[in-house]
Amino acid sequence: MKEHNLADLEAAFNEKLKQDIRIEPKDWMPDAYRKTLIRQISQHAHSEIVGMLPEGNWITRAPNLRRKAVLLAKVQDEAGHGQYLYSAMETLGASREESIDDMHTGKAKYSSIFNYPTLTWADMGAVGWLVDGAAIMNQVPLCRTSYGPYARAMVRICKEESFHQRQGYEIMCTLMKGSEEQKAMAQDALNRFWWPALMMFGPSDADSTHTQQSIDWKIKRHTNDELRQMFVDATVPQAELIGLTIPDKDLKWNEERGHYDFGEINWDEFWQVVSGNGPCNAERIATRLKAKEDGMWVREAAMAHAEKKKAKKAS
Amino acid sequence: MKNSLFTYTLRIADDSLILGQRLSEWCGHGPIIEEDIALTNIALDLIGQATSLLEYAAQVEGKGRNADDLAFLRFENQYFNTQLVEQKNGDFAVTMVRQWIFDTFRLPFYEALQHSADKQLAAIAEKSLKETKYHWKHSSEWIIRMGDGTEESAKRVNDALQLLWKFSDELFFMDDVDRELMSQGIAIDLESLRPAFNERIQFVLQQATLQLPDSKWKLNGGRVGRHTEHFGHLLAEMQYMQRAYPNMEW
Repeated sequence: MKEHNLADLEAAFNEKLKQDIRIEPKDWMPDAYRKTLIRQISQHAHSEIVGMLPEGNWITRAPNLRRKAVLLAKVQDEAGHGQYLYSAMETLGASREESIDDMHTGKAKYSSIFNYPTLTWADMGAVGWLVDGAAIMNQVPLCRTSYGPYARAMVRICKEESFHQRQGYEIMCTLMKGSEEQKAMAQDALNRFWWPALMMFGPSDADSTHTQQSIDWKIKRHTNDELRQMFVDATVPQAELIGLTIPDKDLKWNEERGHYDFGEINWDEFWQVVSGNGPCNAERIATRLKAKEDGMWVREAAMAHAEKKKAKKAS
Repeated sequence: MKNSLFTYTLRIADDSLILGQRLSEWCGHGPIIEEDIALTNIALDLIGQATSLLEYAAQVEGKGRNADDLAFLRFENQYFNTQLVEQKNGDFAVTMVRQWIFDTFRLPFYEALQHSADKQLAAIAEKSLKETKYHWKHSSEWIIRMGDGTEESAKRVNDALQLLWKFSDELFFMDDVDRELMSQGIAIDLESLRPAFNERIQFVLQQATLQLPDSKWKLNGGRVGRHTEHFGHLLAEMQYMQRAYPNMEW
């Protein structure tokens, strides 16, 4: 491609960003923009799929019929999210298969929160309330992200996530209205999930390698620390309302800032879990890998049958 | 009559409940995302059917128990599902053959039950029939794909058929409970469903290039509360919360 053409294309791309016109699959885009999107969307898709496991862990033990049905529906939604995020990623020319393989080898990441175990029923409340709550903070601005297919996928996803968040909080409310054992169960779940939920927003702005470029490209609209603050500000009053205590001795309302101050995240833990050393990293990957391997013959059968049918039709 | 209607309703409810429970074990482990979604969806339908049926059973019984009490707090020999639906998931072929045999029965069963003299059962059947049509289409297509797919898939689906076919006859089990309610136009004469069942089975097997096992030996017991060894483990998991934390709201 001639240099002046490239410059024109780049100028047209930047002009679209400036005017908040969505970039569509057939539009020219810089390679780095494409790569960043593939990385982000695939991470998001993998998170939905791996995220089915910690909640799937409690479907067979859900305490009543209504909770069982709601949890099934929630996990089904997550599979659906994974499906259309992979589709959005494929519009960028990436392969779903390769990308999933990259997750299995650890090259592609998914949200670290799913490397924490779900130990009690209250974790279904905590995960819905905090994890889906944090996801919404991250995702609502993505409904306005500059890449069209991603933005449109996010509109649908956000609607469902906000439903999940309310369901999770409702589980916590029910537990906090219950017996002493139930209250203790709820508090214990909050204690275990609070800090990992804060870590979901990623490294602090000072250590985030991708944030500024993503903001310039209007892929991201807020920095990690801004989103984390929004989450803390929204969630603390919800905890207080039902009598739960946030496990942070440094948590304090700051009148001057109009925000909560909160303690320092254990960044060692964050980086350890990101790099594969969390409580469930190996297990989650092994489970997904096993599903893939066990399903190989099923996929082969489906393809072989489709071929046979096609051949029959042709003859 | 009240006792018979209670038992009759539980038999239908428990088939849905236990198969829904089994299918939900697949969540996150399916061979492709589309199947994860489909299996979860079918589980969700079945749990929904079970809920409506158990609510009705509780109402018929009239002893103050609710649907959750019936789902989670009965003892093993008080569940009346067929042994077919409690069989372990095995590989995808076992899960699909189990599902397909069940769906092939449920289709004509609900078709008939929607005309039951019992308005409540008729209404539940009418709603469930729509779901079952989709379930049957889905499971039949997989039997055909696996049977007429690769050598490996044909072997696996054939093995699954060998394993599970002996449980199919129990779907047609009838005793005094059925006969009493049949005389009032409430229960279905299950014998009358056999031609439709057999025809559908053969229709799919032919396309799948599969055959039924030679052995005519049949197993049963679930309809009168006698189950297989797997069942206690399934209940231990399903009832865990209600047993560990009795009398609480969730």
